[in-house]
Amino acid sequence: MKGRIALAFAAAALMVFAGYAALYIAPDEKTMHAIQRIFYFHVPSAICAFVAFFVVFIANFAYLGTRQQKWDWLGVAGAEVGVACSTIVLITGPIWAHPVWGVWWTWDARLTSTFVLWLLYTAYLLLRGFLEDPQRKATFSAVFGIFAFLDVPLVYFSNRLWRTQHPQPVILGGSNSGLDPMMGKVLLISFVGVLCLMAMLIADRYRLERLRWEYEELRFRAESRAAEEGAKAPRAAAEMR
Amino acid sequence: MTTARAATILLGKELQLEFRTRELLTTTVIFALVVVVLFSFAFEPTAAESRRYGPGLLWIAFLFAGSLMLNPSFAREQANETLDALRMAPIAPFAILLGKMLANFIFLAMAEAILVPVFAVLYNVSFSGVAGRLIFVLALGTFGLVITGTVFSAISAHARMRELLLPLLLLPILTPLLIASVEATASLLVDQPELDRTWVAFLAGFDIVFLTASWLMCDYLLEE
Amino acid sequence: MDEPRSFHLPEREPAQNSAGIVFDKVEKHFGSLVALKNVSLEVGGGEFVALLGANGAGKTTLLRIAAHLMKPTSGSVTITGAMTSRSRESGNAKRFIGFVGHSTLLYDELSAEENLRLFAELYSLEDARERVANSLVACGLASRAGSLVRTFSRGMRQRMAIARALLHEPRLLLLDEPAAGLDRQGLGWFGSTLERLRNGGCTVVMSTHARNESLDLATRAVLLAGGRIERDSGRGGDPGVLLAELRSFQSAEA
Repeated sequence: MKGRIALAFAAAALMVFAGYAALYIAPDEKTMHAIQRIFYFHVPSAICAFVAFFVVFIANFAYLGTRQQKWDWLGVAGAEVGVACSTIVLITGPIWAHPVWGVWWTWDARLTSTFVLWLLYTAYLLLRGFLEDPQRKATFSAVFGIFAFLDVPLVYFSNRLWRTQHPQPVILGGSNSGLDPMMGKVLLISFVGVLCLMAMLIADRYRLERLRWEYEELRFRAESRAAEEGAKAPRAAAEMR
Repeated sequence: MTTARAATILLGKELQLEFRTRELLTTTVIFALVVVVLFSFAFEPTAAESRRYGPGLLWIAFLFAGSLMLNPSFAREQANETLDALRMAPIAPFAILLGKMLANFIFLAMAEAILVPVFAVLYNVSFSGVAGRLIFVLALGTFGLVITGTVFSAISAHARMRELLLPLLLLPILTPLLIASVEATASLLVDQPELDRTWVAFLAGFDIVFLTASWLMCDYLLEE
Repeated sequence: MDEPRSFHLPEREPAQNSAGIVFDKVEKHFGSLVALKNVSLEVGGGEFVALLGANGAGKTTLLRIAAHLMKPTSGSVTITGAMTSRSRESGNAKRFIGFVGHSTLLYDELSAEENLRLFAELYSLEDARERVANSLVACGLASRAGSLVRTFSRGMRQRMAIARALLHEPRLLLLDEPAAGLDRQGLGWFGSTLERLRNGGCTVVMSTHARNESLDLATRAVLLAGGRIERDSGRGGDPGVLLAELRSFQSAEA
């Protein structure tokens, strides 16, 4: 309990500070000016999406190995937060791209790969929705999760290879090349902030899933006890005759 | 009994079943043809455009047809719970999966054998001189499709809305395969056709990675 | 037959090639539902166990775990016996197990002969063709050998299901309500086949929740209720008492 509150406070404080830093402390970028500041949330979100999906991978592995339900809770928590982070990347990307490149979207390697990543883990979440038996849901989504994670490097690599064969219309002047040290610091703050936020969200989602599971268990027990009581009554009556 | 032998026996059973009903094959071929024709309404392909977009169209047609065709693979076993009978037999669990993968490969390959010539005719694309290499690329790509598709059909057989779920799971996973297959096929359609080694190696790598993953996780796929 | 005959079979030396099964503290949970709770049971070679209990008592779950179709949530199941001791892992022990469940486990779109041939091959049986032919003759379906199972009646399908389970001459037979749906001819064949198997030293665990002629062959009765073993007539004991109660148990349910 205390840990969660502390984490929530830390995340909130860091995010507020990071927001302030991104808007006011960070120096103005030469060519892109104000819009470039979105980079301070775009990049950390992308990194955190990967971290979240890696957590899902570990959780999937652990579930198949131990069959302990808690790994399944971690898996779904990580996947949901990962998809949320990826969504932020996919939204902030075009917002940034439009004034800078003149287009909302381009099928360059990184954007395409991120889109596929988003699709993969959205599929993971949808799969869970369509499976009813809890054990099967956990097992099958773990298998799919592992397949998805194995696919991620293949997706990025194939897109890279493809796009270098077909030069893209706009060249992404490496956003990390020659980074101003102050920008680097703001980026770091923002990264830590988003990371804390991500950890907090995963922890909370995990807790929510655990509570849901416990609730289902309690409800089931209450219902079966009620059914037993109901069945006993007529039998007792028959015995008395 | 070795896994290979058991898989062959089960392959025979799958082929027997399919040739008895023939539903799968005819539906797959017709559907793929429909897709190919529909694409022609989207744009009027000149010879140069056909060579540029052709491989993409072809592989998309295979992907869609394939993902429809893979569902019955495990769904068929549910009627009388025959999968239980297979699981109780003294054979390796992977043999069950492998038998179905091989069967699906053969079915899809047969559909492709019809589709590629039809496509060549409709879109004025010539495959002469590269037939052997084309078959090689088709085989690698189809194998990757079938490996992942069979695994996911085992998963979706137990889920609601399985016809929709299977493509939903399969297509994102297969994007690298699609890129590689299309590029490798395209490299055979240029004036100086030469099989792109990088993409072929990538395809082979994709197949190996997912075949290994399937083998490692087959127990979880088949358990009750 | 009104009253089950209670008779003592002479304590038979289990045949050298008999198989048994040991359940050790087996539990099975389906989410919150506990289907089996702390089930420990030792079935020796040559025994014929009648597994009794109402619907939902856990009989089907227990049999499916015994057939290695399901893994227990905790506890273990071991196939015992002289011939299986070397190949104790489930992979090879499967060779000695025969199972009849709620579904027929047959391919509707294959013929009777093709179905049996498939399983003969999977179990690596020698003289497959001959065995399949004999099996079809025995269960009275030889005339329909080439017909698709889809065209069979309920009784014929059940006969096929049993024939499939017996094809590889299992030493441990697990039957989940095997008489359900059998026609008169089938019942006769089934009864005499069971008797022959029992005399040959095959171990049988048969579940039922209704009165059944084959129960006369039982050497032991085990009553399951709410996932637990409530009563067990024990090895070498008299199953008659429990079996007689089956009748009153049944009418209380009605």
